[in-house]
Parts: sequence; structure tokens; C-alpha cells
Amino acid sequence: MSTLKPTGQPPAAEHSAHLQHQFDNPRQQFDAAVQGMWLFLATEILLFAGLFCVYAVYRANHPEIFYYAHVYLSKPLGALNTAILLCSSFTMATGVWAAQRRRQKLLAAMLVLTFLGACGFLTVKYAEYKHKWEEGLGWGQHYHPKHIAPGFAAHEAEEHGRSLPSPASAPASAATSAPASAPTATLATDAVSLAFEPRSLGPQGLAPSGRVPAQLNPEQEVRNVQTFFAIYFALTGLHGVHVIAGMAVILWLLARTLLGHFAAGYYTPVELGGLYWHLVDIIWIYLFPLLYLIH
Amino acid sequence: MTTIDATSPFAPPAGDPPVNYLTATRGLRSWLFTIDHKRIAVMYLVSILTAFLLGGIFALLVRTELWTPGRTIVDADRYNQFFTLHGAIMIFLVLIPGTPAALGNFVLPIMLGAKDLAFPRLNLLSYYLWVAGAVLAVVAIALGSVDTGWTFYVPYSTTTSMGGVVPILTGVLMLGFSSIFTGLNFIVTIHKLRPPGMGWFRMPLLLWSLYATAIMQILATPVLAITLLLLIVERLLQLGIFQPGLGGDPLLYQHFFWFYSHPAVYIMILPAMGVISEIVPVFSRKHIFGYDFIAMSSIAIAMFSFFVWGHHMFVSGQSTLVATIFSLLTYSVSIPSAVKVFNWLATLRGGSISLRTPMLYALAFICLFGLGGLTGLFLGALAANVHLHGTYFIVAHFHYVMMGSALVAMLGGIHYWWPKITGRLYSERWGQLAFVFVFIGFNLTFFPQFLMGTHGMPRRYYNYPPEFQLLNQMSTVGSYLLAVGFVIMAVYLLHSVFAGRPAPANPWGGATLEWRCASPPPTHNFDSPPPVGDPYDYRDLVYNPRSAGYVSAARPAP
Repeated sequence: MSTLKPTGQPPAAEHSAHLQHQFDNPRQQFDAAVQGMWLFLATEILLFAGLFCVYAVYRANHPEIFYYAHVYLSKPLGALNTAILLCSSFTMATGVWAAQRRRQKLLAAMLVLTFLGACGFLTVKYAEYKHKWEEGLGWGQHYHPKHIAPGFAAHEAEEHGRSLPSPASAPASAATSAPASAPTATLATDAVSLAFEPRSLGPQGLAPSGRVPAQLNPEQEVRNVQTFFAIYFALTGLHGVHVIAGMAVILWLLARTLLGHFAAGYYTPVELGGLYWHLVDIIWIYLFPLLYLIH
Repeated sequence: MTTIDATSPFAPPAGDPPVNYLTATRGLRSWLFTIDHKRIAVMYLVSILTAFLLGGIFALLVRTELWTPGRTIVDADRYNQFFTLHGAIMIFLVLIPGTPAALGNFVLPIMLGAKDLAFPRLNLLSYYLWVAGAVLAVVAIALGSVDTGWTFYVPYSTTTSMGGVVPILTGVLMLGFSSIFTGLNFIVTIHKLRPPGMGWFRMPLLLWSLYATAIMQILATPVLAITLLLLIVERLLQLGIFQPGLGGDPLLYQHFFWFYSHPAVYIMILPAMGVISEIVPVFSRKHIFGYDFIAMSSIAIAMFSFFVWGHHMFVSGQSTLVATIFSLLTYSVSIPSAVKVFNWLATLRGGSISLRTPMLYALAFICLFGLGGLTGLFLGALAANVHLHGTYFIVAHFHYVMMGSALVAMLGGIHYWWPKITGRLYSERWGQLAFVFVFIGFNLTFFPQFLMGTHGMPRRYYNYPPEFQLLNQMSTVGSYLLAVGFVIMAVYLLHSVFAGRPAPANPWGGATLEWRCASPPPTHNFDSPPPVGDPYDYRDLVYNPRSAGYVSAARPAP
């Protein structure tokens, strides 16, 4: 009868400080940590999946809301954010590569660049949010748009070859506008006004569901546009919170790098931080087309 | 004939009491900052049982109010708070963490011959998240309470003026993360820290159950997290996703809520079934029957649990097609559970049954789970569900499976591993007496509720017509008998900690690895992993009257 020895080579001297007693060797500990991190990422994906599900349900039931409201979002800014995050994922991956080779200066530089990328992302996001707020494009009762969706008429003319009626033929919709906050009658850039105005609250109930009609009836009102913005702020807001958390992680990794913790071949925290950052990036990659690009 | 070898390494040590995990270090800080899975498990056990006491008090208040129609002790608003808090505490603070946190944390690494879980510090974080959840629940009670029911349906939960809603939702969010991190820890531990010779199909069945539970915890709990987060934002910032007045969809909330909460009920029952799979063979002195089937049925239950959430919403306006599909799937999810029950019965048959306290709870589990599970099938039938939804039939059904099964199994597990955890034996006589009170009390409380339900009494109702009074009073009397049983249990268990007989390493004759180390174990469990054999092979174990425990018989030389 034997007492069994731990399997594998004895840990190298520089690793033994980090080897926890329940593991046999550093490789096993590293593999366990990575497996654990992937499980955590799975939970994050499911967290966002809930919100993507909300998006899917509302889009399936009320495509006209998304059709109408998505033009409020700025594609160039969204694309800029996408590029920033992709680059920051690249710098993060380079950082992990550097850590594996004990190149601490490169690791520190990459962590700094990743952090700066994240700052850039948040700056653009802040600008977008500020613009939305100023334009009155909030969720729920905070939706009281100052302008009709900019370029919507031109969008209509270009995509569907129809022009919208002039203000003179606008029916009594002006008289039935929401009492609380009547949107101003100014238009963004279009010479043609729209016959309908979006409503801030929907006491009459949800907008009619169904496919977007081939001919968007000018008299048809798009109600409950605030739902789009509820979803937009929920999705991008939760993502933003994760970006901020990621920034904290990167700063912590930077601190540990400067303290020399990753000088001796142990780099598990960098690997795990890298995995997290890639997740944050990939969530944005899904979010960007769904909110900004498709219609 | 085998002889007991007094020099066997598994004989109980003689001489000075060994240093064990309880005595290794002293002081409050050594407990609060511990990373030893055993200490964390003990802290969980004490905390969970305290929460159980609080939830139980709310239950007694509910049952006392229902002694007469109309007002008995409190008004309707207060009554709503009582059943909400009873449900939320019992589900989120007691049953979901329950067996995995209090028992699994202790036993899982030792069953693997390991020194700790894969991530000991994450384990401590899980515990502190539980504490945060519990603190927030108390804060919620203090800040104006909650009366939404534990399901927090919108629009009531977003419009009620009670101030405790956001704190309790935040608390449940914390508890969700506690659950996720425990599950994560268990999965990686089972993958990475199995000893040489222990393949997947040589693991004890408790580990299969905990593994399947952990899969559900990882996949389902985040959906609860986002649901509650959205609910909090909805309530605080009027987001407008769920409230109809702002263009939202209240039914979407129900889908999200039940997408988690159905797997949650399997998170509660699956570890319990694992405990039963451990107790039944030991106290039948017979190898478990159908190991492979029991193992695979755990995975099947985990998978199927994700497909049946709509059976909580049959009367919410789903289409008939969708309802029919959910009904069919609900029937299919009962099959793996039945597989387990039949295997346990086959294990009992021809065994040498010993009716010690853990076995009494295991046998009670089989009966009560049979009743509870079968009534679940009645509820899965669409035509019956229309009449039974929202009645006491549902209340009785889920108490049979949650309390009569999951909690009873946890009690069985607590009694089974008590000698290992505390190093003491409790009084068997008092254990059996408490069991009688618990079993009779439980059935008296909840069986009449099936009848109330079929006769039409709705659940969560403060008032009821006089013809229901007799059944209600029977139920209330039963609840007091339950309380007596638990008080007796608390007394003899606490007594054993201070004055019980010291326990041998293997009092029950189990063959899983936790019975190879001392009772209580040293901090590092094993110096090196013990040799792995069949976890249900009892042939080599012989009772040693000197130590009142089982030892491994030395084989005669060939």
C-alpha cells in the first residue's frame, strides 16, 4: 500500500511561492484558473444574453420602433468605439504575450495603452450619452425628443423613394400631441416635415405590431419609441459598467507589474485579465451592429 | 476471516487529542479570514440554520394568522410581508445555498482526497456575499418591508410603496453571485483535483449531483441577476422595460424570472438527491444499485430543467402550442428523477437496513419526494393546472419537494456528517424523536393543503370562507409540531458539540474517502491522497466495538 506522491515535476523554485497547497504543480493551478475564468465568462455572456433577449423580443414585436429610432444613433461614433475596443483587445493580447515571456516593460506599456483605449471608449460614450440627453432622448418618461429623427425623411426618400407630406397637410396630430412636453416643431435638416410626432408616453397602449409596412403610412404614429432608448441605455450602460470594471482590473495588473510580480514566469492574473477584456470587447462587437447598424 | 489490524493506518489514533481544523488556530480573525473549506462550511452551516430559524418564524406567523378567517393576529398588509419574507428567506438564504454550501463545501474536497477546493479565497468570497445578502434582507425588513411575494411580479413590485423592495432585490443579487461562485469552484475542483484512480465513474454520487447543480448555477443564475438588475433599475429609474404604462411588457419579466427559478428548484433538489445516494447504501450495507444511471440522471435533470419554465405560466396567456410543449417537457423531466427513486429502492431491497437518524431522513425523503414529485405531474397537465394554479395545491406541492425533500435530505446529511464535522456523536434516541415530530408535523401541515387547493382555496390569501377553517387549523397545528421537532433537534445537536461522545473516524461504515481521515479532520485533510477504491464497496469494513466505528480490515497475506 502506498502513499501517492503528487504527479509531475517538482515546481520550479520561482513558482513555488504561488503554488497553493491543493494543487500538485503550477501547470495544474494555471489550468484550473483558466477553466474557472472561462466559467465566469460564461456567466457574463448569460447576463448580457438576457438583455439581448429583451432586444430580440421587442424588435420582433415592434420593428417600427427600431426602424424609426435607430437613426438617432451616430454610426460614425459607434464605429469609432468599435475600432478603439478592437485595438485595445490587440494591445491586451500583446500584453499577455509579453507577460508569458517575462518582458515586463512591454507588458506595462501594453497595459497602459489598453487603459487609454478604454478611456477613449468611455469618452466617446459620454459624448453620445450627453447628446442623447440634450436631445431629450431618454428612457421612459425621459423621452421627449427635440427633433424628429435627423435625416429620417431623407432616409425615407432614399430607401423607399417616397417623400413625406408638407406641414400644411399635417392633420390634427398637432392638437393631439402629448400635453406634458410638446416637442418643438423644428426639424433637424429636412425641408419636409413629418405628419406624425413620436409620443413620450403610451397610455393608449403599445404600437401595433407586425411587419413594417412597405409604405409607411404618414398618419401612422410610431408609439413607445422610449422603449428603444430604454434598451439602448440598459445595454450600453451595463457594457459601460463592465468597461469601468475592466479598467480597474487593468490598473491593478499594472500595479502588480510595476511591483515585479510577473518577473518570474507567473502571469496567471494577466491571462485572466486578458480573457475578461476580450469578453468586454466581444460583447460590444455584438452590441454595435444590433443597435447602430441594422434596420 | 478478516481480522482487525490495530496498526492499520485507519485505526483511530490513540493518545493525545490530535490537532484538527477546529482547534488549529484560535481567535475570531482566524475564522473570519480563513480559507479552509471546512471552516467556511461550518460558518455557512451556522448562518444557514440561523436564516432557517428566521424563515421558520415567519412561517409560524403565517400559519398562526390563518388559524381563523379574517384577522387573527395581524392585518392583511403585514400578512403579505410575512409570506413574502418567509419565501424569500427560505429559498434564497436557506435552500439554494443549503446542501452545496453547508455540506458540499465540507465534504467535496475530502471526498476527492484533496486539501481544499480549487479556489479557496473565492469560497470565502461566496460566503461573504451570502452574508451581504442576508444583511440586505434584514435591512429590507427594517426599511419598510416587502409584500410582493418572493416572485416580485411586475407591475406590483415596481409600484408598491413598501420601501424594502430595492434592498431585498439587491440582497438576492448578492446571493446569486454567491451561488455562481460556489458552482464555479465545484466544477473546477471536480475537473482538476480528482486523485489518481478516480475517474468520473468512480466518484461518489454526491459529486455528480453537486457537479450537475453547479452547471445549473453557472448557466441559470446570471439570468436572475439581469432580471433583478433590470427590476431594480425599473423601480429606481423607471426604465420602462417591464411596466406597461411606460410601454413595457410585464410578461417578459415572468419569462425571465422563471427561466432562472425553474432551474433553481433543481439546484435545490439535486444536491439533496446526492445526499440520499450517499446515505442509502451505507445504511443498507449494500452497493448502490445503478450507479451509472443515477450519475447520468443528474446531468439529464440539469439539462432538462432549462426547458420547462413555462409550466409556471400556463395561465398567463401563453399560446396553447407553447403551453403544450412545456407540458410535455415537464413530463419528461420527471423521468430522470424517477430513475433515481427506483435505483434507491433497488438498493434498499435485500440490504441490511439500519434505522439510524440519517437513514430515517433518507427514507422520509423517498416517500415525501414521491408525493411531491407526482403532484408536480398533476400540475404539469394543462387541464388540471388551470384549476390548481394559484391555489394551496401548489403550495403543498412545492413544500413537499422543497421542505419534505430538499430540506429533509439536508437534515439527513447534517446528521450523517455531523460526527465528521464536529468530532462528536449526537444522541441517537433524541435524533429519532425529533425525526418523528418533524415527519408527523410536516405531513399534518402540508397534506391538508392539497385538499384546500383542490377545494379551491387560493394561495397568499389573508382571508378565507369558514368552510376551510378546519383544514387550515390542522395545518397550523402541524406547523407547531414541526417547530417542536426542530427545537428538540437544535438542543441535542448543540449538546453534542459540548458534551457528546467523541466520534471515531468512520462511525457509519462509509466507503467514501471522507471516512478515512479523522473526525474532525486536520486542516489539510490528508497528507497525500488516500488510495481510491469503489465508493460503495463495504466488504472490507468491519465494526470495531472499541472505538464504536468501522475500520478497514487488513487482508490476510495471499
